[in-house]
Amino acid sequence: MAAIDQAPAPPAAGRPSRARRAAGQRDGFTPWRWLILIVAGVYFLIPLYAAVRFAGWGSFRSVIHQSGFASSLGLSVRLAAITTVITLALMLPTAVYVHLRLPRLRRLLEGITILPIVIPPVVLIVGLLQVAPGFLKSTPYLLALAYVVLAMPFAYRSIDAGLRAFDLKTLVEASNSLGAGWPSTLWRVVLPNLTTAVLSATVLTVALVLGEYTMASLDLYQTFPVWIVVFDQTSGPISVAASLLALFVTWLFLLAITMLGGRQARRTGGGEVALFSVARRDTGRTS
Amino acid sequence: MTANTAKGSTAGGAAIRPDGSGGAHVSLRNLSRFFGPIRALDGLNLEIEPGELVALLGPSGCGKTTALRILAGFEAADTGSVLVDGRDLSPVPAARRDMGMVFQSYSLFPNMSALDNVAFGLRMRKKGAAQRRTQATELLEMVGLADQARQYPHQLSGGQQQRVALARALAIEPSVLLLDEPLSALDAKVRVQLREQIRSLQQRLHTTTLFVTHDQEEALSMADRVGVMRNGRLEQVAAPSELYADPATAFVAEFVGTMNRIPGELEADGRVRVLGAVLPVKGDRPDGPADVLVRPENLRLAAGGSGIVTIATFLGSLTRVSVLLSGDVTVQVDVPSAEAPAPGSAVAVSMAEAPVLVTARR
Repeated sequence: MAAIDQAPAPPAAGRPSRARRAAGQRDGFTPWRWLILIVAGVYFLIPLYAAVRFAGWGSFRSVIHQSGFASSLGLSVRLAAITTVITLALMLPTAVYVHLRLPRLRRLLEGITILPIVIPPVVLIVGLLQVAPGFLKSTPYLLALAYVVLAMPFAYRSIDAGLRAFDLKTLVEASNSLGAGWPSTLWRVVLPNLTTAVLSATVLTVALVLGEYTMASLDLYQTFPVWIVVFDQTSGPISVAASLLALFVTWLFLLAITMLGGRQARRTGGGEVALFSVARRDTGRTS
Repeated sequence: MTANTAKGSTAGGAAIRPDGSGGAHVSLRNLSRFFGPIRALDGLNLEIEPGELVALLGPSGCGKTTALRILAGFEAADTGSVLVDGRDLSPVPAARRDMGMVFQSYSLFPNMSALDNVAFGLRMRKKGAAQRRTQATELLEMVGLADQARQYPHQLSGGQQQRVALARALAIEPSVLLLDEPLSALDAKVRVQLREQIRSLQQRLHTTTLFVTHDQEEALSMADRVGVMRNGRLEQVAAPSELYADPATAFVAEFVGTMNRIPGELEADGRVRVLGAVLPVKGDRPDGPADVLVRPENLRLAAGGSGIVTIATFLGSLTRVSVLLSGDVTVQVDVPSAEAPAPGSAVAVSMAEAPVLVTARR
């Protein structure tokens, strides 16, 4: 922003130094940009550095040998996988159908899918535990169903942005007219153009499940975040090391998606920016 | 006919019918379609002969696209039927109708190269990989884009994309080719080139084609017959020359080409008095005040009279002369450039003794 405020008017003739400076500012790193980058960097990096110092390098090695680490991580990964599958299976056809056949309902659907953000997870899980049938309450997989609701806003928005990046209706009709039925059209035409969106929805869902604490602890199951909090009472440093590891793994995921999205955008000429902004907005939730 | 596609007519004979006998007969019967209270189609009847290119021409909202989409299977008609070679297609889904379609907006699959786009329909027909590649390459050659086979749609210009889309539609050897304003997104020069290319390919392959457009020049220059549509109905279906020279209704007359409106007086015997002559009326007579419709080339000029030449526009062999008549009426008259009067000269305007179209005065 500062760089834009500072940008001088188009350089007048006879003032070459100013013109050069303007060109330099447009090109990239001005002092202002550096300052903002450094302030933001410090804001994010100091807590991370402090955490690493507090944990100590030894903790990173011993964290995997702690009791409950493997089982809680395993549960969280299973929940993440189930949640992702259900979320995509629900959201992909819904979003495609609404885009194709009920475009007027898009705003309504946007409103509905934002609800889980407005309603606190505590309310959701307490309500759910009241009404859920016994056979579901006795397994941790009830959590997966709750997580599907939590992930809906992010998954829907990713897929919606992906669908808006190309002319879905025309491509589907072109595919139909060439003899492709619905399964072929979805598999060969719609999905390949949604790769980035689907990956982005997947990462957001996985990150959400791996980081969710409130619901899991109220449902009395020891998922990875719950284990971190519980283990904190035994050994602070090791628990901090575990959360740093989780953060790092999630960050790697996001990086991979961003690079993949960039490659697809280069190949097919578009569709990256909206998805990336969706992905970027949520990184804060994961730690 | 296949002289310059010798290569194409060998392996597989992709879309090329050397005997020129292919092409299906299409029959749209009494099609009606309502969107809520809006009547998009209102009892449309149209026959398309094998190998014929028929253009549907009309202002936006006249129902021409709806007709094409019903033929394609993307919309269902409320009443009426679609027959191809005598077979009723109403229960057949779009994917099984065997119709190639080129869309108004760019419709290539962004995740596939030009070659894979063209081969897509063949893949859906379970053709082997080698055959797909050969046929798709032939078709890309046919539209002059063999060198772009490996490129992705975003690397192609708009005109190139529509040519690939045309190749893709023709690859499946469709019984009917559907063109939904395929040129409207292109700039003028490319549009003219591409319409010639489409027409020559269509004639060579003898593919029955329905072409929807709002551009009269496109329709008149490409089609064997043009159907002018208005309010969900066909006003007239005729060869371009007939449509221009002998329009059946006032709407067709004014929609196609340039038309003068000259106030006339309806006589009790059913004829109309205009420019000092009394002429028979062709078609419907309006109630109340009427205008006579006449083309610039059907008016004649003579020196001396109550008209004043205001503008003379040189058009090559012809000059279009604007003449201000009494009553603040301006008419346009085409005259050979050698005989064109200078602006300011006094002229008399008359018309030939022939039946004229009359419409309600605006």
